[in-house]
Amino acid sequence: MTVLDLPAPPSNPAARLRWAVADGVVVAVRNLRHIRQVPDKLLNATISPIMFVLLFAYVFGSAITVRGGNYRDFLMPGIFVQTVAFTCATTAMGVSNDMSKGLVDRFRSLPMARSAVLVGRTSADLVEGLLGIFVMAACGLAVGWRVHSGLGRALVGFALLLLFGFAMNWLGTIIGLLMKSPEAVQSLVFITLFPITFVANTFVPTENMAPWLRTVADWNPISALSAACRELFGNTAAPYTGDAWPLHHPVAAAFGYSFVLLAIFAPLAVRRYRTAVGR
Amino acid sequence: MTGDAAVQAEGLRKRYRRTEALRGVDLVVEQGTVCGLLGPNGAGKTTIVRILTTLLRPDAGRATVAGYDVLKQAALVRYRIGLAGQYAAVDELLTGRANLEMVGRLYHLPGRQARARAEELLERFDLADAANRVAKTYSGGMRRRLDVAAALVAAPPVLFLDEPTTGLDPRSRNDVWKIIAELVADGTTVLLTTQYLEEADRLADKIVVIDTGEVVASGTAAELKSKVGGERIDVVVPSLDQLADAATALRRASGAEPSVEPDDRRITVAVRGGAAALTAAVRELDAVGVAAEDIALRRPTLDDVFLRLTGHHAEQSGEPDLAEVAR
Repeated sequence: MTVLDLPAPPSNPAARLRWAVADGVVVAVRNLRHIRQVPDKLLNATISPIMFVLLFAYVFGSAITVRGGNYRDFLMPGIFVQTVAFTCATTAMGVSNDMSKGLVDRFRSLPMARSAVLVGRTSADLVEGLLGIFVMAACGLAVGWRVHSGLGRALVGFALLLLFGFAMNWLGTIIGLLMKSPEAVQSLVFITLFPITFVANTFVPTENMAPWLRTVADWNPISALSAACRELFGNTAAPYTGDAWPLHHPVAAAFGYSFVLLAIFAPLAVRRYRTAVGR
Repeated sequence: MTGDAAVQAEGLRKRYRRTEALRGVDLVVEQGTVCGLLGPNGAGKTTIVRILTTLLRPDAGRATVAGYDVLKQAALVRYRIGLAGQYAAVDELLTGRANLEMVGRLYHLPGRQARARAEELLERFDLADAANRVAKTYSGGMRRRLDVAAALVAAPPVLFLDEPTTGLDPRSRNDVWKIIAELVADGTTVLLTTQYLEEADRLADKIVVIDTGEVVASGTAAELKSKVGGERIDVVVPSLDQLADAATALRRASGAEPSVEPDDRRITVAVRGGAAALTAAVRELDAVGVAAEDIALRRPTLDDVFLRLTGHHAEQSGEPDLAEVAR
């Protein structure tokens, strides 16, 4: 039998962090390799946003006008945000699958960093999300969407989308750990995310909604995110007329919302994972 | 706890909501031996394995594996164990090779060593030809072999196999049995759970019978069998009116009182001496002119043991697994 030199477990915080990062990379690479086996997963993740772009740009958009600009400029940032929000479904399905296949038991029996399975999962999903954003941006450019603000601010916009996506991936992790089957995960995510992403300024300005609905929509983090992206991309059609604080300071609010969500979801997910057992 | 047993557990208790999965389990597995945890679905076998492999914290009790405390030194325990299970926990979307390399990296083997070790295990488990195919395309037996190979990446001194052959066809089951025998010959300690009496009988040096969260008996297969008595001879006669004659003949042959089941036209008698006792019985039956329809020497099976110890048969299904109940 081969003689193996197994290294001793890390004894100080710095070494522990190095291991956590190395383990996280191993798991992230594993998740990214999956794309090669199931390319349709990536296809699904990009086709539905493209469909949304086309449907809203050509079907609904033909009947929607926004003050002071063209609807496609208004629409694209909203679709970016919606798509990024839905990446939590990808994460939840992946985690749920690992749970149901017993892989989580294997990982937890290995001397790897406890955080690595989740960090590896969410960061791989982040890379996938980035790919999705590229596809959508290309699609948006094709239908006439333009960035009017300049490269620097546009990059901040994309960074914001990634940060929000990362927070949503951690939410997805929690859902995946809690739900009993990948099918249950899928229906839960779709039933909750559709209203959340629609009751917002994602596709239409909120000004003509009933007052109570408008209040909900204006305070919905999705609205702040969409408004922030519009500001950062220079898509300034339909300026906000209400009095909700987040929409007067959308960039600050969007970063704030994202950090708060991340600070809540990530520790909750790790805590849940510690005691999770396969099924 | 001291001593050099590979696995020692004392008073393990675990409750899932209203179900008491373990009610104080003690267990000792000596180094280099195979211990078989035998019991029906839901007996608590998987819970024991999960505690010993650091996946689950017991509510009470303590345990050491390879000399380290599973609660206080979990990281050290994880370096010294391998776990393979009935659910064949391999990544279906990775190739066999990538699966093993990934596990090697997660044991923190340097890249080159992780690759070499993967190669060696693929070769040894007869998976070299399928090494570059994704595990999804593997047969049940291949998947199980890959799962066991993954558990062996770090050459752990203690190996946990949770129902390693459940759901396998007889040939694959034999393959897995052969692998386990080789590992033990190399000095690995194995703790395996099974619902198959034949499997425990064949592989385990020591069998621990678990039922409803408790150890109901332990010992070698021979010791357990001797608890339910020795050999017996079963005779079925062609017609009812021959029962009395046959009973007399068997009493004479064995020196013991036979029990008669008229419904089955069957007579059973305890004997000693194996084949010689069978010959004697045939001779006596012949002398009274009874030509038996069926005659056989029966040795007690582990199912007899189980029935005697727990009041029910071992191989029953339909009970929910406790791990399921816990969800």
